[in-house]
Amino acid sequence: MTRTTRIIALLGALLWAGLARAETITVAVAANFTKTAEAIGAAWEAQSGHEVRFAFGPSGKLLAQIQHGAPFDAYFSADTRRPQILVEAGEARDFFVYAGGKLALYSATLPVDENAEAILADGDYRHLAMANPKAAPYGAAAKQVLEQRNLYERLKTAGRIVQGESIGQAFQFAATGNAQLGFVALSQLQDPDSPVKDKGHIWMPPTEDYDPIRQGAVALTRSRHPEVVDDFLAFVRGETAAEIIRRFGYDVP
Amino acid sequence: MTLFGIPLDTHPIWLTLQVATLTTLMLAVIGIPLAWWLARMRSRWRVLLEALVSLPLVLPPTVLGFYLIIALGPAGPVTDLLGVFGFEGQLTFNLAGLVIGSVLFSLPFMVQPLMSAFQSLPDEVLDAARLMRAGAVDRFVNVVLPLSRQGLVVGAVLTFAHTVGEFGVVLMVGGNIEGQTRLVSIAIFDHVESFEYAQAHLLSAVMVLFSFVTLVSVYLINRRLSARLG
Repeated sequence: MTRTTRIIALLGALLWAGLARAETITVAVAANFTKTAEAIGAAWEAQSGHEVRFAFGPSGKLLAQIQHGAPFDAYFSADTRRPQILVEAGEARDFFVYAGGKLALYSATLPVDENAEAILADGDYRHLAMANPKAAPYGAAAKQVLEQRNLYERLKTAGRIVQGESIGQAFQFAATGNAQLGFVALSQLQDPDSPVKDKGHIWMPPTEDYDPIRQGAVALTRSRHPEVVDDFLAFVRGETAAEIIRRFGYDVP
Repeated sequence: MTLFGIPLDTHPIWLTLQVATLTTLMLAVIGIPLAWWLARMRSRWRVLLEALVSLPLVLPPTVLGFYLIIALGPAGPVTDLLGVFGFEGQLTFNLAGLVIGSVLFSLPFMVQPLMSAFQSLPDEVLDAARLMRAGAVDRFVNVVLPLSRQGLVVGAVLTFAHTVGEFGVVLMVGGNIEGQTRLVSIAIFDHVESFEYAQAHLLSAVMVLFSFVTLVSVYLINRRLSARLG
């Protein structure tokens, strides 16, 4: 390389660095996806040179915050309805499903892997934990599974159902043994750091017994860095992110 | 930084101290005149006003938080009102929102101890000060406040502690943004949700220890002062 080409190369490199300025985006993420999002975020930061900040919370709260001007660039919900509400209101674009969840019945003590249906109906348990069916998709799915077996009303009247405000709370009821049974997310049992990993008994209700639990994401139109957001969302749909999402116990559409 | 080999993000700790301190100072400025006014009020409306001040005790924090993001949001009535004075922007999802939310939520914790202190002042003391030609401000600063110091200390301590432990309102008004509005209580919640129990325990221990030391020192100082004043 002559001196001139070297200088030109250096100038080119400087110009390139100036063009690709590192931006920071803020992404609102449903609480159940906390760890998976952090792992994806770290991988994207390493690859893109940009920075992503997360705001975690229950999907419903995040939606209310976005509707009242929260400065988020993208929204990862625990359901598909809420992001679509924002798309219809013109506040969001590019809806896609980023993960699918599976419902699991967990028990630390009772052999639900062998005869879950009998245990649910007349088992020797005091409490069954589940998420609030109105607030959380996993709660709605659990309710459907129980209704299929004509158990929901009966257990409710008997005062055996304890409701957590989120799937995180329902999991805590069951993992601590305060509830002998709990409808939780499979991802909570498979998480590498889960306190109950490879412990207790698990039953997976047939997937046709409940509406699919699909988690949808959107880019928010208020974002000041749309191309950076698009880059992040494209990364979430890519193979690297798919591997991470599967590792944490979710399906990839 | 790391403590006992566990990674610890210190930003939520500083932010929490900042919010709690600002909230306590603001509530002292708002609470002292408000409590005095209510304590001396003889009108029949007083009962209604007292109930209004105590309402934050009754409402679920997340509900109060929801009302606040409506009122303080970009299109909210409070923001519109401030717009008249040339204010632009929003009061939510930043430090301002966290402090406003905490001030409202801790209002009864400051006002109630102050009111009981003001009410227990003997009228004779104020009359004596008046007879000695002390002006209203002079009377308040040199007679009322020193005699009601206990109430002010209790109110300030309760406000500070209550703000440090607050979760529902700040989650809603602040929005749990990493490095911006993520307070200690919310950071602990995040750690628990993502099975990072070591971090959750550590942060909880830091919080409990700090609060305990703060409370003990306040009570010690208060006892010394009481002994000196007799």
